[in-house]
This record gives sequence, C-alpha cells and structure tokens, in this order.
Amino acid sequence: MPDLGLEVLFKGQNMVRLLGGLGVALKISLIAVGVSIPLGILLGILMAGKNRVVKAILRVYLEIIRIMPQLVLLFIFFFGTTRIFGWDLSGELAAIIVFILWGTAEMSDLVRGALISIPKHQYESGEALGLSGRQIYFFIVVPQAVRQLIPLSINLVTRMIKTTSLILMIGVVEVLKVAQQIIEANRMVSPNAAFGVYLAVLVLYFIACWPISMLAGYLEKKWR
Amino acid sequence: MAEHLLTVRGLTKRFGSNTVLKDISFQVERGEVIVVIGPSGCGKSTLLRCINALEPIEGGEVLLENDVVNPGGKNLIELRQKIGMVFQSYDLFPHLTVLKNITLAPMKAQKRKKAEVEAEAMALLERVGLKDKAQSYPRELSGGQKQRVAIVRALCVHPELLLFDEVTAALDPEMVREVLDVMLNLAATGKTMIIVTHEMRFARAIADRVLFLDGGDIVEEAPPERFFTAPETERAKRFLETFEFKSVKARPATP
Ligand SMILES: Nc1ncnc2c1ncn2[C@@H]1O[C@H](COP(=O)(O)OP(=O)(O)OP(=O)(O)O)[C@@H](O)[C@H]1O
Ligand SMILES: [Mg+2]
Repeated sequence: MPDLGLEVLFKGQNMVRLLGGLGVALKISLIAVGVSIPLGILLGILMAGKNRVVKAILRVYLEIIRIMPQLVLLFIFFFGTTRIFGWDLSGELAAIIVFILWGTAEMSDLVRGALISIPKHQYESGEALGLSGRQIYFFIVVPQAVRQLIPLSINLVTRMIKTTSLILMIGVVEVLKVAQQIIEANRMVSPNAAFGVYLAVLVLYFIACWPISMLAGYLEKKWR
Repeated sequence: MAEHLLTVRGLTKRFGSNTVLKDISFQVERGEVIVVIGPSGCGKSTLLRCINALEPIEGGEVLLENDVVNPGGKNLIELRQKIGMVFQSYDLFPHLTVLKNITLAPMKAQKRKKAEVEAEAMALLERVGLKDKAQSYPRELSGGQKQRVAIVRALCVHPELLLFDEVTAALDPEMVREVLDVMLNLAATGKTMIIVTHEMRFARAIADRVLFLDGGDIVEEAPPERFFTAPETERAKRFLETFEFKSVKARPATP
C-alpha cells in the first residue's frame, strides 16, 4: 500500500488541533450566519419594497460585495483598515466582519427574489377576499417566500462555511492553517503527510456541510 | 321599487392614453344575474376589477348599496367582503390546504370562530362534491376542482355580490360543465352575480340580463331571449355570428 501519510494524523495532538481549527472556522461562520440572516431578511424586505432611493443604495452595496472576491474583502478589512484608519483588527474579527457583509448581501438578494416571485394574483385574491394588506403579507406572501427561502439560505450557510478556508490568508489559525503547520512540522519524517492531512481536511469540511446540504434537499422536496 | 345592490355610474377607466371603459352605467338588483359578453379586449375583466376596486378608476363611481367602492377608500376591506370574485386562473393559495384556503379570510378578516367557519366550509365543499378534498393541497386537484374550491372560498365570506371572470376559460372541456353547474345552482338559490363568459348557451340559460360590451361601451343591454335571438345592434349580431359555423361540405342533393 502506498504511503498516504495518514500516520501523521494520529501523532500527538494533531487530530485535536485540526478539529480545533475546524471549530474556529465554524465559529466564525456561525456568528456571521447568525447576524447575516436577520440583517439580510430586513434588507431583502426593503429591496422588494417601494422606496427607490433605499433600493438603489442597497443595490450598489450588493453589487460591490458581489464583484469583490472574498479574499480581497478580507485583505481590505485586515490590512487596509490598519493602514488607513490605524485600527488593529484581529484576523478573526476582520473575518467575521467580511463574512457578515457578504452573507447579508447574499441573503438580502435571496429574500428579495423570493418576495418578488410571489405572483400579483396571489395578492389580488387576498384583496378580493377582504384581507388587509398586512394579513395578505403575513398569511399569504411570507409563508410562500419562506418555503422558497429555506433551502436557498441553507445552501448559503454551507457556502459560507466552505469559504472560511480563505481566512488563513489573514493569519487566522483555522483548519487549513493547522493542516499546513502539521505538514510543515513533519516534512522530514513523513514527506507524504500533505496528502493524508489534506484528505482529513476534506473529510472534516464534508462532515460539517453534508448534513446541512441534506437538510436543504429534504426541505426542498417536501415543499415543492 | 326595485332594490339596487350595485350601481355603476359613469365609470371611466384608462390605462395611460388607452380608454378602456367609457362612461359605463348600469345597475344590478338584488338576486339578479347579469352576464357580460363581448369581444376579447373590450374591457370585461377590467370592468369586474373596477367593481371591487382592484383597479383605480378615472371617472364615475361604483356604489354597493349606498357605499362608494374606491381603492384606498374607507371601509374598502368590509366592502370587498361583500363582493366576492372568482378569477380565470383560480389563484388558490398553494401553501394551504383546500380547507385552509376557504377558512383563511372568514377567520382572519372577519374574525369568525374556527369551528363555525370549518363547518360551513365543509358543507359548501359537500355541495360542490369536494368534501373528500378538504385536506388536499391545490396542486393535487384538477382545474375544475380548483375552480370549484375557488368559488367556495369566495362564498364562505358571505358576499352579497359575486363576480366571475371567465372562470371556465382555462379548463378542459370535460371540466367546464361541473363548474357551470355550481354557478347555475347559485343562481337558483338567488345569489346576485355578474358573470363574464364566452359560453353562450350557458349565458342564455343563467342570465336575467345580458350586457354586450364593445370598445369600452355597453352597446346593448337586453334580456337573454331577445339578445340571443334578435339582437338590435349590428355589432352584437356580428359578434354572435362568430360563434356560428356554416357547413363547408357540399351535401349531395337528396333525391
Ligand atoms: N394592467 C393593464 N395595463 C395596461 N393595459 C391593460 C391592462 N389591463 C388591461 N389592459 C388593456 O385594457 C383592455 C381591456 O382588457 P380586458 O382584460 O379588460 O379585456 P377583456 O374584455 O377581459 O378581454 P378577454 O376577453 O380577452 O379577457 C385591453 O386593450 C388591454 O390591453
Ligand atoms: Mg378578460
């Protein structure tokens, strides 16, 4: 059997360190998700609303965040703010801010899309039945929008978790960084460690994201 | 004196520079069934939509008894509960069961008791032959079944006037009858209705009065017997002829 360098994983604290790295990545993404989802819902409602000025401003925000690669955003918030404003943000804090900005933008677009996809006839049926605007919103529009949104926003969460692998670039010690450190430290004794360790990272991301994807798929089918 | 439930007076409706309804006036008595017919695009749907204020109007007024029905007007919500409307595309709420579709407005808008509303909904469903579908979702029903549910949904709010906009136009032919039968039944129980339809024989059977709309005007207004056998205007004659087919096959002369 070829040497896959798997033995490195079981040396000393290596597995625990990798899990710790995953913990950091999950912590950052969960904080970001926890803030982005409510904020995104709020902005999405405004984007589907009638105020043109508010809509234009939010549109610009969304486009800017979309166009910028996440790595660039991370660099701006980590290095740029130190340079320009003299802030000394920790890597984790910079990462959380960037992920909140990004998650909120994506979430708001999903919410807007779900809200405007409800056909005009649904509103009119409600009106013709003598329901008030608020009742139409809460009993007809929102429940239909939520059904569409849940699988989409769960997919956003998995995307956010996966993208945390970028934050090693600003010095946050997450899974991928730990992996590099382990590989580096064992270069002499097990030169093939890279394969085994990265394989372990893959498995860890899979374990973190797969149940979430499954849930999204299940909900999508249930409400189709 | 006849009791007028609905009065439409000088109704004018424009979309941009396109005047769709020109100074329309008519009245509907309690218990009367009005059928509105006319060529495609003449403004039939728009007329119904103006009657329950789904469209703003540019002139004239719509009165339900003595109350003005007007978008943004006061009591609009209460007035709309007195005017039921059924659309061509059924427009059931896809996330709710049949029963919940029917009970939503009575419970939320009219604050009626759940038990009472559900009992009434079940009785109405039974009347249209859909009692066993109460717990189904709209996507599980055929077009004709959906449309019958939509009618029950409108009825359960206890409207005084019912508007039907080509409710069978999207249905397969074999499902048309089941929906028309429900409407004939309602007419027989004395419901006041305004019906837009292209089903001429049905129109003739159900109408107390026919309004023929063309180019945004009421061109002719007559009882069905007279309208369908001896229309007075040239335009009505031409319109009715579009429903006739002349044989194109040369028949051998009978010996
Ligand atoms: N929302 C709208 N905006 C602009 N024009 C409209 C709108 N709705 C209807 N119209 C126009 O108003 C006219 C009347 O339309 P309406 O739908 O009332 O006709 P109709 O008699 O119901 O026709 P059909 O038999 O095809 O249903 C048409 O010329 C149509 O193009
Ligand atoms: Mg129409």
